[in-house]
Amino acid sequence: MTPFDQKTAPHDERLIKKLSEIALTIRRNSLIMTTKAASGHPGGSLSCADILAAIYFHQLRYDPENPNWEGRDRFILSKGHAAPAFYAALAIAGFFPTEELWKLRKLGSMLQGHPDMRKTPGVDASTGTLGQGLSIGVGMALAFRLDGKDNRVYVLLGDGELDEGQVWEAAMSAAHYKIDNLTAIVDYNRQQLSGCTEKIMNLEPIVDKWKAFGWHVIQIDGHDMKQILDALDEAEKIKGKPTVILAYTIKGKGVPMLEKLFLAGDCKYHGTPLTETELARALEELYG
Amino acid sequence: MAEKLALMRDAYGETLVELGRRNNNIVVLDADLSPSTKTSLFAKEFPERFFDVGVAEANMISIAAGLASVGKIAFASTFAVFGVEKGLNQFKQSVAYPNLNVKLVTTHGGISVGEDGSSHFCIEDLAVMRSLPNVTVIVPADAVETRVATRAIAEHFGPVFMRLSRPKTPLVYDDGYRFMGKELKFEIGKSITLREGRDVTILATGLMVAESLLAVQELAKEGIDAGVINFHTIKPIDREAILRAATSTGALVTAEEHNVIGGLGGAVAEVLVEENPVPMVRVGIQDTYAESGPWRELFAKYGLTSSDIVKAVKKVLKRRGR
Repeated sequence: MTPFDQKTAPHDERLIKKLSEIALTIRRNSLIMTTKAASGHPGGSLSCADILAAIYFHQLRYDPENPNWEGRDRFILSKGHAAPAFYAALAIAGFFPTEELWKLRKLGSMLQGHPDMRKTPGVDASTGTLGQGLSIGVGMALAFRLDGKDNRVYVLLGDGELDEGQVWEAAMSAAHYKIDNLTAIVDYNRQQLSGCTEKIMNLEPIVDKWKAFGWHVIQIDGHDMKQILDALDEAEKIKGKPTVILAYTIKGKGVPMLEKLFLAGDCKYHGTPLTETELARALEELYG
Repeated sequence: MAEKLALMRDAYGETLVELGRRNNNIVVLDADLSPSTKTSLFAKEFPERFFDVGVAEANMISIAAGLASVGKIAFASTFAVFGVEKGLNQFKQSVAYPNLNVKLVTTHGGISVGEDGSSHFCIEDLAVMRSLPNVTVIVPADAVETRVATRAIAEHFGPVFMRLSRPKTPLVYDDGYRFMGKELKFEIGKSITLREGRDVTILATGLMVAESLLAVQELAKEGIDAGVINFHTIKPIDREAILRAATSTGALVTAEEHNVIGGLGGAVAEVLVEENPVPMVRVGIQDTYAESGPWRELFAKYGLTSSDIVKAVKKVLKRRGR
């Protein structure tokens, strides 16, 4: 089987429709998985579903038949608690059967509560304790550059995660080393575990911060597939400095009942799954 | 005879250069301490394979993990207190848990750091690192052993923590890793019996190996025949050697420049209580924070000299009943 390598495909309506449908499946499966697991993080899984769809089904180069293929790009889910959405994407990509999703967080499952590079095919970094993914990505990017390889590194960060000092250590070092084979994406859904980011730890002015750290900053609507695709391409064209895509997203995106709660500052569904009854309603809303 | 002194750090830096010449996959990271850790030697010869991340240990360790995940052998160095404690979660999560090929080699272990004082001491590194699954823990006894240990950990796949010291320290071994004329082989997890003894066995690591050999001479004057085993590997601990010593002498003393909690003494005690609980006494820092001062004076004040080992031997022999 030939590796997945389709990033030159035009960003046309057909592609956007395909990716939007995949994002919908990622959302659906994230909700079902967490409810079945009776634990996990639905909110932040829904907010990054469109980004994951664009990365895994357009931008990234990989081979699901050979997860350790040396020519693969690397994706790091630094906000490891969005593992359900990540796993849903990996299953669609063919790294493992969809049935595995329903074993999330169960004893003996290949799908751990947070991403585990030794247990799950397609996972290239073990994350879950926030703040480390960008540094790991910098290390990977340096290694590829040393070896003269064109593999690219993608790191998806949470906004609450930006409270971690190490993110800024990594940001400083990526600019210092003039790393341009790495794209960072921030899922800026403005909610963290215990409340909105503005109240818990204000991140603004976030654009100025990244710029001051030497990054090229692209701001997009993180649910507009065309904008996501264009930003991912733009990032690759920037040379001599790293690029961050600030994706403004909505926590719980796709399920109005969840969106409303988050917008009202109720972050219960950051780390609490839906009950079976709530799930039925949520799925109706998702496909409504 | 005047004791010969040498820097473990020099041996480490020089060996890194030697390894770098042989293997393009060796990369080295530091956190703004390369002139002290001597990774500067590698930096000079292989600037493109050296990454000084600045004063950012957590970032250094996670970057090392990223490099290793793409196939590099990543040596990351700083002082023990910073490398172990400012990057601990990073080391556990990004390196130890996924079993990546990162070597965290820290200098300035223990209290022999001296004048810089307690903020720069590290007397808990062995306990902390030993408790992490997948991690190998090495403490060379001198500069000669540092050379062979550095080569060995580069060959060994997986996370390693190695502790080196700041000051020039007495040479236990002769060049070429020889002791009393005999050429030795460094094997991770296999201790080195420097001297067999009839009455008691001293199990030592790091700078306390030289102190233990001095203690042997002092004990001999009193008719006590003490053996010395160098535990250059704290994990995996050489259980066989511990049990052999327990059987042959029935009384053990451990000696380490570390808190008496959780280091070599802890590791030996764990083996003994489960297999053959002979009397043992631990020489080490007595669960306290030390202070600034010349390192030899600190060793005297905090119970890390040959005479402290002699006292411990007498205590353990009394318990065993001579």
